[in-house]
Amino acid sequence: MEYGVTLRVAARALARNKMRSALTMLGIVIGVCAVIAMVSVGQGAERQVQQQIESFGTNVVYISAGSPSRGIGGMRFGSWAVKTLTIEDMEAILKEVPLIREAAPGVMESAQVVFGNQNWFTRVMGTTPNYLSMRNWAVAAGSMFTEDDIHAAANVCVLGKTVADLLFGEQNPVGQTIRIKSLPFRVAGVLTPKGQSAMGDDQDDRIFAPYSTVQKKLKGQDWLQFISASAISREASVAAVPQIESLLRERHRIRLGEDNDFQVRTQSEVADLAQATGRIMTLLLGSIASISLLVGGIGIMNIMLVSVTERTREIGIRMAVGATEDDIQRQFLVEAVTLSLFGGVIGIALGVVFSVLISNFLQWPTLVSPAAVGMAATFSAAVGIFFGYYPARKAARLDPIEALRYE
Amino acid sequence: MAGKLNNAVICLEDIHKVYDLGEVKVPALQGINLEIGPREFVAIMGASGSGKSTLMNLIGCLDRPTSGRYFLENIDVSQLDSRDRARIRNRKIGFVFQQFNLLARTTALENVELPTIYAGLARQERHSRAHATLKLVGLEAREDHFPSQLSGGQQQRVAIARALINQPSILLADEPTGNLDSHTSVEIMELLTQLNHEQGLLVILVTHEADIAAYAQRLVLLRDGLILRDVHVRDRQEAYEVVKDLHALPTESVS
Repeated sequence: MEYGVTLRVAARALARNKMRSALTMLGIVIGVCAVIAMVSVGQGAERQVQQQIESFGTNVVYISAGSPSRGIGGMRFGSWAVKTLTIEDMEAILKEVPLIREAAPGVMESAQVVFGNQNWFTRVMGTTPNYLSMRNWAVAAGSMFTEDDIHAAANVCVLGKTVADLLFGEQNPVGQTIRIKSLPFRVAGVLTPKGQSAMGDDQDDRIFAPYSTVQKKLKGQDWLQFISASAISREASVAAVPQIESLLRERHRIRLGEDNDFQVRTQSEVADLAQATGRIMTLLLGSIASISLLVGGIGIMNIMLVSVTERTREIGIRMAVGATEDDIQRQFLVEAVTLSLFGGVIGIALGVVFSVLISNFLQWPTLVSPAAVGMAATFSAAVGIFFGYYPARKAARLDPIEALRYE
Repeated sequence: MAGKLNNAVICLEDIHKVYDLGEVKVPALQGINLEIGPREFVAIMGASGSGKSTLMNLIGCLDRPTSGRYFLENIDVSQLDSRDRARIRNRKIGFVFQQFNLLARTTALENVELPTIYAGLARQERHSRAHATLKLVGLEAREDHFPSQLSGGQQQRVAIARALINQPSILLADEPTGNLDSHTSVEIMELLTQLNHEQGLLVILVTHEADIAAYAQRLVLLRDGLILRDVHVRDRQEAYEVVKDLHALPTESVS
């Protein structure tokens, strides 16, 4: 029996029970739609995280004070408690590790900031002017503080967009004086917006000041919490890690067998980790949605079983006039696959619509990848074959004599 | 091909059929020997439970005998598997049922076409054959009607056309007039007689009605799974008399 004829027979059988076929298909439609929409959410998030990390630069090496491997016995808890990382370390790295092109220090303080009758609790980061250029971060108005400000430990600062908006509203902050921990700081500039970080916090909710000012005037310390460095390439960033480690161990006089009192991480490591995390999330969302596809498949099986019983006499007639078991099996299998494939196609279309709706109304990033669409289509056809097989087999195994007698 | 070379279309040799119902074994046929030649018109008669349905299913290759051999056109078909039996049914046997057994919501033409689909004929060929066959049974004007739009007699004509479309060796008719009024029954029987006379079609009729059996040239009476009588008749008058005799035979079991 030719496939064209088989298809036509299947199409007609399905058309005969339009409502039932539509409802059966609906199960697959919902399943495929859910898979497409959920996977698009997962992949969208994955891509966004990836982009943010890449915008940060994949050649970034991040050196922080303290190390999680130093246990309670060592009394070392984190970057705030470890006093050994200094600006001299940074200078040494720049001098002795040629793979590192640039570096900026980081010292953080949380503080209440006040302008006029407005106030806001934010974080102040002490650094050097090149931190902005390393992060491709531009000044929107005014200017960045200078090397001279660092030498002088001057009370100047640059505001992130969120802080500027909250304290100044419509006013121009440049040239104004704000109070950080009750010390007056001149606002030298305002930064362009940077948006959320990969971890989801607002990068614009921040004030930048010379690291020397933050160390001496806000924190009263002479060490750093971290150093942000950039290598000449992504590969170089990984290669630089052991060099930085041995240099710092030497400088910090860490003996053989003792743990580091600092931690060196590369952005590419973080990127890989984030990617793995994102993939797990996508997989999780996809598998939860697949359950509904499975339920849709069971719906197909159910309806096909009913259909086989209802059409027992038809099967008997077909067998009497010469249909083989294979012919009958193929006919019912094609019906099941037609149902699931049509459902799959509609589901894919709906899933794409949903993912667009999700990104428009919930502001979540979504990404419908051809791979996900292809997989959903394959999967829905597979569901048809898998759940159609048993009813089709049952139909083919009918005894023609019994089937002809069936009322 | 273990064949007995003679000109019989159907040759049954010591056919037994036992239904295994688990606890009991029910013998339905207990040694049938029967030869039927080309162009014959045979009526198989018998009370219910005599084994005539079983015999018909075996001749129609819907079932296999428990033992014995069945030669159809000199080919032993008694132990073929289901696929080969389907092929034999498709090409060599045409079925006509009491219930007509047409596919609902399917036009007369498409119903007639059905066996050609499984014979693997091209679309054009299927169509022209279905046309011609419907014309042969006088229904060329009803091609596009659904079974529900046809009278019983017309439905049975469609079924006969379907049985004939692959030019089978045998037309097997199981109580073909059982659901028809007497006037239509005569029409259908005349159509079968005409096909037998003009096309030389071998017709095997299973019936318990004397009037219907009387159209045949040969009467085979079954009882308890055995052939009790096998008579050739010259005309319908003689057939009537034989049938009457057969009915007069004692009905209790001979075994």
